[in-house]
Amino acid sequence: MPFIPHTEEDIRSMLERIGADSVEDLFDEIPAGLRAPPLEGIPEGLNEMGITRLMQERAAMDGMPLNFIGAGAYEHHIPAAVWQIATRGEYYSAYTPYQAEASQGTLQLIYEYQTMISRLTGMEASNASLYDGASALAEAVLMAVRVNRRSKSKRVLVPGALNPVYRRVIDTLIGNQGIELVEVPFDETTGQTPVEALAAHADDDITAMIISQPNFFGILEDVDGLTGWAEEREIPVIGVVNPVSLALLKPPGEWGSQGADIAVGEGQPLGAPLSSGGPYFGFMTTRKKHIRQMPGRIVGRAEDADGKPGFVLTLQAREQHIRRSKATSNICTNQGLVVTAATIHMSMLGDEGLTRVAEACYANTHALVEKLAAKGIKPRFTGEYFHEVALDFGGNAAGQLQAMADAGLLAGHDLGRDYPALDGCVLACVTETKNENDLEQYVAACEQARAA
Amino acid sequence: MNTTETKLIFEHSHAGRSAVAQAPQEHAATAIPAHLRRKSAPGLPAASELDVVRHYTRLSQKNFSIDTEFYPLGSCTMKYNPRACNSLAMLPGFLNRHPLAPASHSQGFLQTMYELQEMLREVTGMQDVSLAPMAGAQGEFTGVAMIRAYHDARGDTERREIIVPDAAHGTNPATAIMCGYEVREIPTDETGDVNLEALREAVGPQTAGIMLTNPSTVGVFERRIEEIAKIVHEAGGLLYYDGANLNAILGKVRPGDMGFDVIHMNLHKTFSTPHGGGGPGSGAVGVGERLLPYMPVPHVEKDGQGGYQLAEEADRPETIGRLSAFMGNPGVLLRAYVYMRMLGREGMVRVAEFATLNANYLASELKAAGFDLAYPERRATHEFIVTLKKQAKETGLTAGDVAKRLLDHGFHAPTTYFPLLVPECLLVEPTETESKETLDAFVEAMACILAESADDIDTIKSSPHNLPNRRFNEVAAAKALDVAYQESAGDAAGAETRTGTHG
Repeated sequence: MPFIPHTEEDIRSMLERIGADSVEDLFDEIPAGLRAPPLEGIPEGLNEMGITRLMQERAAMDGMPLNFIGAGAYEHHIPAAVWQIATRGEYYSAYTPYQAEASQGTLQLIYEYQTMISRLTGMEASNASLYDGASALAEAVLMAVRVNRRSKSKRVLVPGALNPVYRRVIDTLIGNQGIELVEVPFDETTGQTPVEALAAHADDDITAMIISQPNFFGILEDVDGLTGWAEEREIPVIGVVNPVSLALLKPPGEWGSQGADIAVGEGQPLGAPLSSGGPYFGFMTTRKKHIRQMPGRIVGRAEDADGKPGFVLTLQAREQHIRRSKATSNICTNQGLVVTAATIHMSMLGDEGLTRVAEACYANTHALVEKLAAKGIKPRFTGEYFHEVALDFGGNAAGQLQAMADAGLLAGHDLGRDYPALDGCVLACVTETKNENDLEQYVAACEQARAA
Repeated sequence: MNTTETKLIFEHSHAGRSAVAQAPQEHAATAIPAHLRRKSAPGLPAASELDVVRHYTRLSQKNFSIDTEFYPLGSCTMKYNPRACNSLAMLPGFLNRHPLAPASHSQGFLQTMYELQEMLREVTGMQDVSLAPMAGAQGEFTGVAMIRAYHDARGDTERREIIVPDAAHGTNPATAIMCGYEVREIPTDETGDVNLEALREAVGPQTAGIMLTNPSTVGVFERRIEEIAKIVHEAGGLLYYDGANLNAILGKVRPGDMGFDVIHMNLHKTFSTPHGGGGPGSGAVGVGERLLPYMPVPHVEKDGQGGYQLAEEADRPETIGRLSAFMGNPGVLLRAYVYMRMLGREGMVRVAEFATLNANYLASELKAAGFDLAYPERRATHEFIVTLKKQAKETGLTAGDVAKRLLDHGFHAPTTYFPLLVPECLLVEPTETESKETLDAFVEAMACILAESADDIDTIKSSPHNLPNRRFNEVAAAKALDVAYQESAGDAAGAETRTGTHG
């Protein structure tokens, strides 16, 4: 019996102590008519050797193509130590640290994580993480509505250049809460969200505003100009940021004159593998004055009965297990294990390592653009970009992408799927993992696909 | 347990030190305009690779975990997490697959996910399964959002209420609110079942549905579930099944056969994916006939040509939408798949049998050792409740005290003070992967604490004594909030770190 240690003798003596004749007797409170049929749709069990063989075959089927897709999930080098330590049983098989004295490892690690992510985003306080970047943004919108008690409209400005999937996730998660999302269009030449585009809302009651840096097209926004516009109107600003880019870019805490109110983003680039889309983690930071409106777990420093320092889950009165229907969110999980990996990853890289990664991403993406420009494939937008770029493939992006995939190279994400105006454009990302030879392969595959 | 690590990683930092092997080679400075650039370095740790490895290895040793201790945390199903599930989910082909890779480069992954959907469908008796929800609470959200979409699509918009028993997990009412519903609580009767009279009074044209856990959070099987389903359905409401306790009935009874319209499963409980110190979870959702059109996207389906594809918004116009940037937590889903394939048809049923055997044995032995069961006349399911109401009155021994003193004996505490309706309660869930010897040792520790409470309650009240820390002052911590480290002004190493800007 896999993973069940009972011997025949154990079963016999345990039943005797219970006073039951058989294990079956223990289910006698279940109405007879409800008993399940045999589970014929489930195959016979496999031993570890058998399942290993099967999974190796499945994993190999997908071919490990050379990947230039980003669009919300980014391929980065992860130090070997990161997941070797994160999957130590003491982290891997522990529960949420409700018993603080028996969970100081996880609690201290989360406190260190909160410190790192607060510093990276230039904010004062972080929670212990949320599910992913998209759902963190939905939670941030709800939080901003709670923070801005002055506004009555529940109207939130959302850039058209926000990751369109994030937009859809917000729609799903908060669609029943009477919040109206108003789209701010991007400039079709620069790819930026111009401050002038906000003029249409100058006199509206706006509850919160989202700024994405970089935006979905990889383009750098004028974050000071946009934040300044919101500050003049006392509108809370939610910054959606890429954590690797923050090694180089002005953090949300310093945008405008006072900084954003909430920063969120996808934590995956900090040590989580692509892994088909998860598990990743969403980070969320804020100013201390808003901390009681923040959803999710928060770890704080505490003293024990001997005056010895340690860490506990704090401000739990915001959470569902205490407040039930009055909680800030129904969330009870954080992405603990992925945060464990991210904390080790950030410690390993440090300021210098993360800066080098960001610079390498920037340099490699710009190098690819230069090589492609020589072949007549140009960026669609004129704005400055970080490590992603919208390339104008000149039509039939889907066909060209599939041809390149068939040659073993995933060249990017088809932007026409979500933006009809960008039909024929491909969003490509080049991280530090790519070398000169990879870039040459991209150019060659591109030319072949065009010729076909 | 290693208690020697008292420093933060920041206190191991020394400006100029780093894990050199991890950084890519240096590139030219970027042409990012000055007004968009960061002015000072963030202040991440500056440590060598060994510093980092040693610090986080030592920190791990300050945790209790399933791999190191018995962890009978009720409602959490802390069973052994087979190592193969981890190593096979981390094969390079799975780790390196981009979520937006084309179907041509996704068949191995998609086939695996499709088979997982099918196995979960079979074991729950539902019509279809969505793997998209990222955790139990998101599975709950998905289920209730689908119930709302169903009523809305029929123009049945007066249904404003979700009924929740008082024993429910806190996520249930919080979820109902997130879906724009009001919550109506109904009581549990003295035998642990839902109070049917109260339910009959509560239902009406305002009822959107009911959220139920069965076996319930008081550790008993809801015997009149068919009648509950009838009452709610006749009132026009739908039934939501909280799958937190699915481990107790795996292969024995199926939520689909009990009359539920939608369910969530905690793959991190029943299907043994790791809890990871608080996540990631996975809250796959099973759906009955009425709610099929509203399932979230993406959803894995056959492509009609022998392969698999993802159904998206265009394929499912009535979907409630998208819950995450991609499709839930595939790394967790792969672990659940490996676990289910290793158990197979027979192993699946044995999970429920031995989880129930262990719980009933442990309940009998604790009773024999002098503890009171909250529902002594009922069968335990995979978990049961001990109440210390009597001891709290007589000697001052509370559930919280027992929890802390158990840590000194090398056992993680059961769940305390949940469900809220049983005073001084310990919710105990041993799981099927624990041996009789472990259970016996636990009973011995409990008996020892009970004996100790008669003549030395102070030692218990001031426990734990053998851990890195004693009990914390949580009130003071919440008042003088410190949620991020700040180097003190005189901390030279820290100050250097912050100014050691590169690039």
